[in-house]
Amino acid sequence: MEGLLFLIPIALFMGLIGLCAFLWAQRSGQFDDPDGAAYRILEDDEDRPL
Amino acid sequence: MTDLSDTGAGCPSGLAPPTPAGATSDASPFVVNKDGQCQIDLSVRGAKCGGCLSRIEKAVSALPGISEARLNLSSGQMRVVWMGNLPADAIVQTISGLGYGASPLDPDRDQDDVKREERRLLAAMGVAGFAAANIMLLSISVWAGHGEMGAATRQMLHVISGAIAIPVVLFAGRPFFASAWGVLSKGHANMDVPISLAVLLALGVSIWETAQGGAHAYFDACVMLLFFLLIGRFLDARLRRRAHAAANDLAALQARSVNRIAEDGSVRSVRAKDIAPGDLVLVAPGERLVVDLDVTDGVTEVDESLVTGESAPVIATPGQRLYAGTMVLDHGLTGRAVAAAADSLMADIGRMLEAGEQRRGTYRKIAERAVSVYVPLVHSVAALTFIGWLLVGAGVREAIFVACSTLIITCPCALALAAPVAQIVASGRLFRNGVFLKSGDALERLASVDHVVFDKTGTLTLGAPRLKRDGIGDRILETAAQLARASRHPLSRAVVKAAGPGPLARNVREHVGLGLAGEIDGLSARLGSAEWVGVDGESSQGPSIWLSLGDDAPVQLCFEDHIRDDARVVLRGLKQRGLGFEIVSGDGAASVAAAAGRLGIETWTAKAAPSEKVERLETLRRAGRKVLMVGDGLNDAGALSLAHASLAPGGAMDLSQSASDAVYSGEGLGGVLTVLDTAKRARATMLQNFGLAALYNLIAVPIAVLGFASPLVAAIAMSASSLVVTLNALRQNL
Repeated sequence: MEGLLFLIPIALFMGLIGLCAFLWAQRSGQFDDPDGAAYRILEDDEDRPL
Repeated sequence: MTDLSDTGAGCPSGLAPPTPAGATSDASPFVVNKDGQCQIDLSVRGAKCGGCLSRIEKAVSALPGISEARLNLSSGQMRVVWMGNLPADAIVQTISGLGYGASPLDPDRDQDDVKREERRLLAAMGVAGFAAANIMLLSISVWAGHGEMGAATRQMLHVISGAIAIPVVLFAGRPFFASAWGVLSKGHANMDVPISLAVLLALGVSIWETAQGGAHAYFDACVMLLFFLLIGRFLDARLRRRAHAAANDLAALQARSVNRIAEDGSVRSVRAKDIAPGDLVLVAPGERLVVDLDVTDGVTEVDESLVTGESAPVIATPGQRLYAGTMVLDHGLTGRAVAAAADSLMADIGRMLEAGEQRRGTYRKIAERAVSVYVPLVHSVAALTFIGWLLVGAGVREAIFVACSTLIITCPCALALAAPVAQIVASGRLFRNGVFLKSGDALERLASVDHVVFDKTGTLTLGAPRLKRDGIGDRILETAAQLARASRHPLSRAVVKAAGPGPLARNVREHVGLGLAGEIDGLSARLGSAEWVGVDGESSQGPSIWLSLGDDAPVQLCFEDHIRDDARVVLRGLKQRGLGFEIVSGDGAASVAAAAGRLGIETWTAKAAPSEKVERLETLRRAGRKVLMVGDGLNDAGALSLAHASLAPGGAMDLSQSASDAVYSGEGLGGVLTVLDTAKRARATMLQNFGLAALYNLIAVPIAVLGFASPLVAAIAMSASSLVVTLNALRQNL
């Protein structure tokens, strides 16, 4: 049972990392142009960051 | 339309044909100056693949001074930022030179708000999803360990669940709480009221149970519920924004910049909305007015078909008032912009729009009717449960718990999703078919339509005349075309269109309201009204002009307003579906009768002013008909907003587009049938969904009332019912 004391916090922490990554991606406009982004990775030229 | 096929223009993978440029609009007024940098937003049409993307971005980036050129392929919008004095039109021309359509976009404030709202919903959805997954993880261990798990461990797991759930519910539930509070404070109820109540109740009961060390907590249920509902809300918001943006792009096709004459006589291009009453405006031939004005100088023929529905051009002289939407034909004019006066045409239409808005507000949606049955029913069942359990000898605590779990398990998750998911699927379908729906509720109104009223000019017909070829030889046509090529008059253009490219007569002069004169092979030639060529004009059906060459007898050229290719198919489709239809047009009786005759429409009204159009709709409404109005002109705007449901083509006036429930793009009328069919299907799905939600409650309520509703049962029942409703809605796509 003592295992829960660190396993649950670890699980929650990892979930939180995922949530933060999602919120960051959304805020920085990663979901603004899903169609274009799919093609941009095929471009050979250097793509300027947003 | 220019033929660009041999230059390899347009989408390189052939996904889309080269896009003809829209109305010429000066882009410079749309440039925004931001700390020394210029920025413009463009709507780019025809870009479909990665090839288009890199082609357009590379070409624009190659222009001098460009620091950012980024095309959003999903929305078709492009933002260009540059330094220096590069004219904005050069950018537009670069893009259209590649075979894509480009027009400047007005930075849309509403759009930003809608986008922010959408992002907020997405963030709320993400947070609720995170919480739902983690709390479910903890809840499953509680359920799995039932009977074996010690009370202290269970208590700890509940406390952790609660610690996650409380802030998440307060954050992710805000859209529901705010809406519920909004209507409650006005004394109504909507779907968000029972949702908020169930979520808060589930949270409250769980906190209390946890504090008492009880076995049952509903933290998982309340967060999961919010997660499901937020998915629906988010999809709905996104679809509405995309439909709105697509309709905006159609509007951007219309010219929206104006040449203003300053006091010193210099001419500058400005945005239409920057024009103040009293400003002098210069309008070139072939340009469409974007502001109302009083003509101060210039005599010209104008095409008022978008304003009055009249397809034949009329002559405008100084002192006359022209309305936005009027096309100036043969000569330029100057005019003074006027404010909308209280007694003007615009004010009339404005009042009708307001009335239409109010009437639509009183329409009761199916979902609202469902709530009005659901809320009192479920709440009295919960109250009876409480009393019943007390009567059979249970303690107050137990009775409250059972009553609360009844309310939680009957939470209208499926009921709340029933209408939106069906609407989302249907509007997504319409979106792919080029029909942009304003709101989901419009589907319900569209589905109940049993009579269709069409405007004629620009809706059933192309709004441009076409030459009737019977009895006119190639030689006569070519002679007429040699004169007509010098003119922008719609009848001249129709002649040129029939004849194709060719030479121009010598010394062609245009006389406003009369016609053209010139020399062909040394003979004097005239093309114009009967009076102009010197004959006693006998009236014909529709507009006509005369051609005289030397001493030959004048020849009459007749025109018809060309009916859209698929108009007959659409009307036959309407008939098959048992719908009635008629024409209500502002055009003259002769041309309306001709069009009605060719289309086989028995009922038609001609010369109808905007208020008469509305009057006709009111008559039909009193007769119990549910009318769909289809129209494009300014004169239709009032009728569009007051009709039971309304549709506008993509080429319609801004005002008409915003007055209607949906805008359809493309050349044909096919959108009308697509909309009606999809709406019918969506309504059927919605009703099925309400049936499924009711069935779910029929099963769930007895379980809950008898006290068998554990959190596990609630979790399974809620997700299963939401899933069933969603899957049923997705069937529409099969």
